[in-house]
Amino acid sequence: MAEKEIDQPTGVETTGHEWDGIKELNNPLPRWWVIVFYISIIWSVIYWVFMPSWPGINGYLKGVRNHTERANVEASMAELAAARSDQMSRLLAVDNLGEIENDPELLQYTLKAGESIFGDNCATCHGAGGQGFKGYPALVDDAWLWGGSLEDIQQTIRYGIRSGHPDARLNTMQAFGRDGILSSSQISDLVEYVTSLSGREADEAAAARGAQTFAQTCATCHGPEGRGDPAQGAPNLTDHIWLYGGDKITLQETLYQGRGGVMPAWSDRLSEEQIAALAVYVHSLGGGE
Amino acid sequence: MTSVTPRTATATTGGGDIPFIAAALGVGLLLALFVAARAADPLMSAHAFIFAAAFVGGGFALVHHVSSGAKADPTAYEFGVVKAGVFASVFWGLAGFLVGVVIAAQLAFPNIFYFPELGWTNFGRLRPLHTSAVIFAFGGNVLIATSFYVVQRTSRAKLWGGLAPWFVFWGYQLFIVIAATGYLMGVTQSREYAEPEWYADLWLTLVWVVYLLVFLGTILKRKEPHIYVANWFYLAFIVTIAMLHIVNNLAIPVSLTGVKSYSLFAGVQDALTQWWYGHNAVGFFLTAGFLAIMYYFIPKQADRPVYSYRLSIIHFWALIFIYIWAGPHHLHYTALPEWAQTLGMTFSIMLWMPSWGGMINGLMTLSGAWDKLRTDPVLRMMVVSVAFYGMSTFEGPLMSVRAVNSLSHYTDWTIGHVHSGALGWVGYISFGALYCLTPWLWKRKSLYSNQLVEWHFWISTIGILLYITSMWVSGIMQGLMWRAYDAFGFLEYSFVETVEAMHPYYIIRMSGGLLFLTGALIMAYNLWRTAKGDVREKEFAASPALAPAE
Repeated sequence: MAEKEIDQPTGVETTGHEWDGIKELNNPLPRWWVIVFYISIIWSVIYWVFMPSWPGINGYLKGVRNHTERANVEASMAELAAARSDQMSRLLAVDNLGEIENDPELLQYTLKAGESIFGDNCATCHGAGGQGFKGYPALVDDAWLWGGSLEDIQQTIRYGIRSGHPDARLNTMQAFGRDGILSSSQISDLVEYVTSLSGREADEAAAARGAQTFAQTCATCHGPEGRGDPAQGAPNLTDHIWLYGGDKITLQETLYQGRGGVMPAWSDRLSEEQIAALAVYVHSLGGGE
Repeated sequence: MTSVTPRTATATTGGGDIPFIAAALGVGLLLALFVAARAADPLMSAHAFIFAAAFVGGGFALVHHVSSGAKADPTAYEFGVVKAGVFASVFWGLAGFLVGVVIAAQLAFPNIFYFPELGWTNFGRLRPLHTSAVIFAFGGNVLIATSFYVVQRTSRAKLWGGLAPWFVFWGYQLFIVIAATGYLMGVTQSREYAEPEWYADLWLTLVWVVYLLVFLGTILKRKEPHIYVANWFYLAFIVTIAMLHIVNNLAIPVSLTGVKSYSLFAGVQDALTQWWYGHNAVGFFLTAGFLAIMYYFIPKQADRPVYSYRLSIIHFWALIFIYIWAGPHHLHYTALPEWAQTLGMTFSIMLWMPSWGGMINGLMTLSGAWDKLRTDPVLRMMVVSVAFYGMSTFEGPLMSVRAVNSLSHYTDWTIGHVHSGALGWVGYISFGALYCLTPWLWKRKSLYSNQLVEWHFWISTIGILLYITSMWVSGIMQGLMWRAYDAFGFLEYSFVETVEAMHPYYIIRMSGGLLFLTGALIMAYNLWRTAKGDVREKEFAASPALAPAE
């Protein structure tokens, strides 16, 4: 054990211990350090007096302020609801959604509400601006699978598409290839015909054969000219707008395995006024009918 | 199932513990093969085979040890295991940093770095691989290696337990391999920083208890009258981690031959237990353990006495007592009762000064030797490490205040905070220790190149600064965007808009991580050449102007 000595550069005494050449100076605790430590302890004790703190056998110290986060949340939610309630009740009171568009003040409010609801519920699939992705329709164009009027949009949001809700919109694009309804040559011909429908280049002989199959099998839903039918949710095949893609490989795939995308029913998750606001917002995005 | 030839180890040349070790390996092998054969799921089967392979490897090593007839010198220090630890630290460090860069790239460019056909490359699997690799594989190996070195030198005693330190080393590596392969295969308890399943936890418990025994045994046979402060911190780290690990991982396996288990806790009790563990993993693994490193390597490298013995005592006990209460600040504004949140927050505030005690002692130890910061990049690295420690231990209490936390929680600010501690404090003090240990252990006069240390220092420092500043900006912006309401009382931004806003910061963060990894690669090269005994010839001579100030 080394003797206590004075460290040269600092002039402080060592403790006299030494390990592997390491010594220790006997400096006191820094004064500011002690003071700040005490302040933090005193501050904590004061905080315990005011706020819920130490637990006991039955319950806990409630604190002088009797603060509860639960009450805070309820109060701020109530405040928010109150701030919104005027316009919300007006939104709920309209007979048809078209009235909203004639009331600039209410419209502005509704669009803001709709945008916010859209962002948190719809943007995940339809994109932040409603631009859509493969399998998720764009909402900014004027092609509407199930109709683009305010009421149509409202119904789609409320009950969804193939959502399992009893009032859901429902149709089937069958798996014509997989289920053996059409032969593979028939499907190839159909692909050529459907390609020609939107004015693109296609094998004429095959397209002519495909036209016959189309008339027998597809026209019921897509219409004799392939212009679709919003009442059945059948897409227009002549407009260059494709939900899954219009190239020949994708068309082949669509015909072979069918399609059946799902949009959930929102009536259980959103309130009526939220759905109304959403319908007005989506209608405003682009080509609402 | 292949038949197993029972190993008959003849303990003629080794110590008396050889038959016992051989028997334990044999029993372990039989158990592993039994589980592999009867496994309830293919994951357990794979892990049982890894265990079996490890026990076979252990058997070969034992036979080699016995047949070589090496008679250990009972008076010489056991430094072989420390050398192995230096190697493992560098290896796992590089692996962990690399995975970190990969997942940062995944966050910055989710479309490019997404491989749905390779499920194991998913962010959800790689993220725990990164955290465990850097904390437990890199950090853990640094802690084990330095603790084995420091406890011997400061106790003037050889490591206790014969081959036990080697068991700790290899047992710990086996735990890392089991944990890492498990993450990639999808084996997880879903407890942050405690993801490995029950059987890996049991194995680690065994390894850790032996670690404690080796450390305590060495301290007990010390030839110094007092226990050095670094050893207090190491001991606190080992004991508390054992307690945290065991309690947080209390679980009931669905089957003794299957990977899945269910925690003994449920609901908010489960959450509180998890964050009592999670926060004190930071407190006792990443703080107490690395403070021990600081208390040995800074005075040693600076060749100066520790600033204040009294401060070391007071801040040690204050830190130990207060840290353990601070966990609930991870659960502000949750179902956790408010009184528990209050206690978590106030204890975090009271923790500020005890944490800073370590910083003061580290920095002030440089009193009378500040000029060395200009000439010694290794010492500078360790001092900057302590500065980062001071910064993140101020930021921590700040973020634990409920009002601040309501902005910062769940944002990138937390990630930035963690990395200022992890890259700056834990990373740099570890690098400093590795730069010191390598020439000492391999008996070299100096490092291969001080200039490469300079490069490492500056590249990494820029990397850290890019990382934490981008995460501050991104995190605070994220928090503000989440809580922004418009004039009509609706949320201003949708979630996906906040994600889009993060994009540039995620790229900056990734670049920072890449720089940090680059620095570590330079270090690995430098340490390798140092161990080989090379000295870089073309080193710029230190310019004469850099003579120490008088």
